[in-house]
Amino acid sequence: MRVVLAEDLALLRDGLTRLLEAFEFEVVEAVDNGPALLPALIKHRPDVAVVDVRLPPTFTDEGLQAAIAARTEVPGLPILVLSQHVEPLYARELLSDRNGGVGYLLKDRISNVAQFVDAVRRVADGGTAMDPEVVSQLLARREPLAVLTAREREVLGEMAEGRSNAAIAAKLFVTEKAVSKHINNIFTKLGMPPSDDDNRRVLAVLTYLNG
Amino acid sequence: METRSWVRDGLRAIAGGVYAVGLAITNLPLLAVSLVALALSPVPFLGLALLPWVTDLVRMRANLERRLAGRAGIAIACPYHPPPERALPGGWKRFRWIATDPATWRDLAWLVPGALVGFSLGLLAVAIPLYGIEGISLLPLWLYLSVDWYGYGVFWPIANFSEAMLSMPQGVLFLALGLGAAPWLLEVNAQFAKLFLAPTKAAELRLRVAQLTETRADTVDAQAAELRRIERDLHDGAQARLVSLGMTIGLAEEMIERNPAAARKLLVEAREASGTALLELRNLVRGIHPPVLAERGLDGAVRALALSLPMPVTVEVDLPARPQTPVESAAYFATAEALANVVRHSGARTVEVSIRYADDVLAITVSDDGTGGADPARGTGLRGIDRRLAAFDGTMTVSSPPGGPTVVTMELPCVLSSPKTSPSSGTA
Repeated sequence: MRVVLAEDLALLRDGLTRLLEAFEFEVVEAVDNGPALLPALIKHRPDVAVVDVRLPPTFTDEGLQAAIAARTEVPGLPILVLSQHVEPLYARELLSDRNGGVGYLLKDRISNVAQFVDAVRRVADGGTAMDPEVVSQLLARREPLAVLTAREREVLGEMAEGRSNAAIAAKLFVTEKAVSKHINNIFTKLGMPPSDDDNRRVLAVLTYLNG
Repeated sequence: METRSWVRDGLRAIAGGVYAVGLAITNLPLLAVSLVALALSPVPFLGLALLPWVTDLVRMRANLERRLAGRAGIAIACPYHPPPERALPGGWKRFRWIATDPATWRDLAWLVPGALVGFSLGLLAVAIPLYGIEGISLLPLWLYLSVDWYGYGVFWPIANFSEAMLSMPQGVLFLALGLGAAPWLLEVNAQFAKLFLAPTKAAELRLRVAQLTETRADTVDAQAAELRRIERDLHDGAQARLVSLGMTIGLAEEMIERNPAAARKLLVEAREASGTALLELRNLVRGIHPPVLAERGLDGAVRALALSLPMPVTVEVDLPARPQTPVESAAYFATAEALANVVRHSGARTVEVSIRYADDVLAITVSDDGTGGADPARGTGLRGIDRRLAAFDGTMTVSSPPGGPTVVTMELPCVLSSPKTSPSSGTA
């Protein structure tokens, strides 16, 4: 899989390149500033881009802006955004085109290499990878969720992070069948239309939580 | 609506006229006792005690005049020097404090002209509408009929019955004139008082220095406390965790040959510890300068904040560019504190935040539909906002009647920098 990487700290850029190459990704270009990112994304059209939010020259959010701009140019271009902190506001902006293939993770998560690589693959496949901290902030402020049982809220959180039924089942030590039963209950209780497609379903959940 | 407020202002000003006349009359006895006190000031003991006491009375009178002027829309600041510390009544220190304050002598100089102007303008403000009411009540008609010689308005004397009847429309005109003129008369009176009773340039500067000294002390205190908190958080938090992290990794290094399984366990532990350290640093950074504020400015940061509140928050922002970083930060934390107060105390269901910039002032209002009754004198939260803003000459006003709604208005004088963002260091 071909990857474009944008990270201004050399240490992290090299580390990420090494890490990704160790898992059979090919880093076609690694840029260290905002203005170079958008052209690189459009030129290479990578299978997935891993982008830091804050980049030179202004050290604000040009990574995020470039990612959003690239996705208007190339709809559905898979992008995983990394940051030292997460904001539900940014998550909402990334998800707003409802195309999937979006990830938004704290840089801390890289330290769990297996999970991080899994997230990169998921985003490349058009799935979603949402940081647990974003999800917990979203869950905290939605009052209607009181109708859900504790277990259902747990499943909802896992689903919002972008996990598949199988992954949720493995994480919560239950069967896949039990998971899909919980998911059906959640969708009924919250009045959301059911969907068989995993990615579509995650997006629906995140849209609901963002609403 | 227009007319009603016009009539209300007029009536209020007429009442102010009555008040002004009454106050003006007190000037003469005050002048008399002041002169006596001045004449007696060389007398040992008595002189030292008498002049400060009389000056207190004069100042009370002058402060009433300042309040009256304030009601007429002319703000007159209080010009007096702060009293010296440990000054005994009747002591030399106190006497010197009074005698060396130019405001004391300006007050005295004002007593006579102030009385004349206040009396005549106040009387005029009352007399014109009263004359109008006389006309409306057709009093001239009865007087004309009974005493046979009387005049009103343009008819001097009234020659016949119909001229007497015309006093009614004339009275209406006089009343209207009186209502319209009264606020203006009081304003002229206030402007005149301002000539004498307002602080001189030097006194204004002195007041400003006193205010700056106080806000600077507050700012320095707050900053020192903040630095201390950051130091302690780093010391007990991230720093300690990094030390233990180093130890764990060192231990794992030792064990990797002999006991790979245990080393592996230690490494997992180390990774978790690094995660916790990062979490603590992130929370700390958020408290110092929220990253979203650096990235998106006040607009984005307040919107991000709004997303995290349990109730719907409407955010309206009209900012052509970004304020300077310290002002922006103060504005953000003041808004955050105001919103936190809403969540903690108001029981509101919706909140509105509006951020505007006009005439070199950044104005932020936070209004909620909660229970009201917020008192800045009680809560530390609102006082904290006030202190934060005071460092930039900003102000906060709270309107919170019992039963709500509560509106907190914060104003910060500032200039906006060039549009968009200014560079800062660090990465996301």
